[in-house]
Amino acid sequence: MNDEKRILLPAITPPMSRRRFVTGAAAGGALLGLGLSTNLSIAATSTRQPIATLRGSTLNLDIGYKTVNFTGKERAATAINGSVPGPILRWREGDRVTLHVTNHLAHDSSIHWHGIILPTDMDGVPGISFDGIRPGETFTYQFNVRQNGTFWYHSHSRFQEQTGMYGAIVIEPQHADPVGYDRDYVVLLSDWSDEKPERIYAKLKKQSDYYNFRERTAGDLWRDISEKGLSQTRKDRAMWQQMRMSDRDLSDVTGYTYTYLMNGITPDDGWLGLFQRGEKVRLRFINSAAMTIFDVRIPGLEMTVVAADGQNIEPVTVDEFRIGVAETYDVIVEPNADSAYTIFAQSIDRTGYTRGTLSPNAEWVAEVPQMDPPALLGHREMGMGGMDHSQHDMSDMSGMGSMDQGRHDMSQMSDMSGMDHSQHGMSGMQEVARQGDQVPEPAGYGSSRTITHIASEFGPHVDMRASSPQDGLSDPGIGLRDHQRLYGRRVLTYANIRNIEPTADSRDPGREIELHLTGNMDRYMWSINGIKFADAEPLRLTYGERVRITLVNDTMMTHPIHLHGMWSELETGEPDHIPRKHTVIVQPGAKISYLVTADAMGGWAYHCHLLYHMPGMFREVQVS
Amino acid sequence: MGRRLARKFAFVAILVAAICLSGLDDARADMEDDPLLLTVILDQIETRDAGGDNTLSWDGQGWLGKDLRKIWFKADGERTAGNTDEAELQFLYGKAIARYWDFQLGVRHDFQPSPNRSWAAVGFKGLAPYFFDIDAAAFIGESGRTALRFEAEYELFFTQRLILSPDIEINFYGQNDPDTGIGSGLSDIEAGLRLRYEIRRQFAPYIGVNWSRLFGNTADFANIAGEKSSETQLVIGIRAWY
Repeated sequence: MNDEKRILLPAITPPMSRRRFVTGAAAGGALLGLGLSTNLSIAATSTRQPIATLRGSTLNLDIGYKTVNFTGKERAATAINGSVPGPILRWREGDRVTLHVTNHLAHDSSIHWHGIILPTDMDGVPGISFDGIRPGETFTYQFNVRQNGTFWYHSHSRFQEQTGMYGAIVIEPQHADPVGYDRDYVVLLSDWSDEKPERIYAKLKKQSDYYNFRERTAGDLWRDISEKGLSQTRKDRAMWQQMRMSDRDLSDVTGYTYTYLMNGITPDDGWLGLFQRGEKVRLRFINSAAMTIFDVRIPGLEMTVVAADGQNIEPVTVDEFRIGVAETYDVIVEPNADSAYTIFAQSIDRTGYTRGTLSPNAEWVAEVPQMDPPALLGHREMGMGGMDHSQHDMSDMSGMGSMDQGRHDMSQMSDMSGMDHSQHGMSGMQEVARQGDQVPEPAGYGSSRTITHIASEFGPHVDMRASSPQDGLSDPGIGLRDHQRLYGRRVLTYANIRNIEPTADSRDPGREIELHLTGNMDRYMWSINGIKFADAEPLRLTYGERVRITLVNDTMMTHPIHLHGMWSELETGEPDHIPRKHTVIVQPGAKISYLVTADAMGGWAYHCHLLYHMPGMFREVQVS
Repeated sequence: MGRRLARKFAFVAILVAAICLSGLDDARADMEDDPLLLTVILDQIETRDAGGDNTLSWDGQGWLGKDLRKIWFKADGERTAGNTDEAELQFLYGKAIARYWDFQLGVRHDFQPSPNRSWAAVGFKGLAPYFFDIDAAAFIGESGRTALRFEAEYELFFTQRLILSPDIEINFYGQNDPDTGIGSGLSDIEAGLRLRYEIRRQFAPYIGVNWSRLFGNTADFANIAGEKSSETQLVIGIRAWY
């Protein structure tokens, strides 16, 4: 990194003028060092209260209300031990932990230990694992810690996660850590809104683009016409116009209402992590946001990713990575200059960012980069593969509603669009039938079977079906694809992730389950295979079986899908070193396959981790 | 009967508004994927410059319901110089039938012009390709009266908050109804162009122009009554929703 880009100055200003500083720096304004005033410096650091760390195998956690102020307005948050985010829990692999969780809220609550392998009754999902924790009651979680790494915990009740109920879990390994580092920090990313989550959800149902302030304008149209000409513009726009969808729809909830936080600190204040020059610093990134996918980089530092979802991987060095909601990545950075660096996490839609500082000196702040331009959705996000624009004319568009191009195996599906709800029983059977009719491909390479859309995917509740979904594995994702070309940044993809350990269960899958992530964006309805959780039968797995799950994203949103209780073993083309994840991003209009060993008896939640998609895009998995 | 019914409808409307203000959404949208929600959309509340007494005009709708099934209400009307010239209220059951389309079935009651008229209503409401908001309905009244109505609206974004919205409404009637001044065939067309500024998503003042014209027998009835059959008016108003 060149020195001009790294502007150092004392961090002395109180929040209000700091806000101006951030804006100025983002605009590339040159800043000079300012004199230091002691009490101002105290005022500034007081907003950077570190999150408490709780160590030990027996812990008490109290869920209660807390008044917070992230935006200048006071709001009631749901906190754990009076803290938003909740305390960092440090456990030791091999310990048996006992967690007494007391609910002081007026509503039921719960805590789910995200990514932790444990018995189903300890998993903390009301309605599946247990009944939830009633107001005033204490529930004791107790389980053996059989893994190590970076994980997190959060409420699985109502929308409490949005209002602050989340925190980090760091599990120290029983044996020597293969990852060497001198110090480590949790970097917990989240999104805060002053609006009640119930209001946000209601607004999305009433006007799904409520929070989108990047709609196409007359000016964009004029620019397109002058650049591309009228007829090309008409062609390009026709498909979107026919489909009645927006190519600007990257996030449902945006920086219009969100303030993005790093370790519970706003970008105006900025989280601070100290290091000494030459140290290896391990940053444990956790995306505990309700709805925000972040793209993370540290200008001037390359990051060596050493773990994904708490699982050690073959180290891979990148300049930027996308972290889906609920994912975790551990990276090692080695700052070898006496300089401050900005940890920069911009939202996928570029409507906001959060940032922190890595610095050898508490008074130094590095320049905050500008956000990258927001991406536009394209054919790929519509599930139309890498279709060439020029080949597309209006005549193809008329049938765009269903976008299924007659690739169905089952003849009765050819005329499904007018089908009515009474036939949902049949689609349930089709759902089962689609699961096991042919011998799956060997483990590690994913699925190559023809994608089919079953009857339940047709109707007013589903607005899109991917006709030729691409494999999402080596795709950095929307908005990152050109970063290598434009900025020379190496961007992490799932294809880069290789388990450092050999694959534990080397069996080939006995069967393949194809699940489609579906929804109607305009009506703000979400479902799997067109069936929402309330109407769905559990997905049944046989104890001990090895099964492939292929997720097909029939929407234009990026969905992070989380399976509780068992690993999602991503098929990256390396059968001997299959990486294990707990949350898998499924790119818009794309598909991805992973293997699951059904080694955990009982009921488990399986859902999209975007909080406002979760009520509908949710299944119970029953292992018996 | 008209006045009593009008009071009843007004009571229902106020009740609906009260429920909405009581924060029904917050109570209901509770991790249920499909909560019971209520929305009230005042598309237009405006004063029209009629070159003398100004006209107050309103056009609103709302629904109580879930993702695929809703109870709709629609209201529109206008008042000039303390007299309500037109007032209409509809209550409809709406069911989603396609990605962007709802089928609606219910009743319509015209309080003004007098004598009041009641209709059964059936229609389709939704978003057509190229983002046209469409509401098309057929009405069947007493004594064999029939009517058709077509409404379309479009939104052109100049900026994220400055939005130009052209709209059009066309009414047809099946037979003459001299008491209310409605003639058979194409009865009237009303078209508007409104430029609003969304201070917040839910609150936008606007200015615009509204053009209306009566046709055929309806125009003749108006001429006999000494009323204009065509008007172009400047409007200023507010769009708001909850």
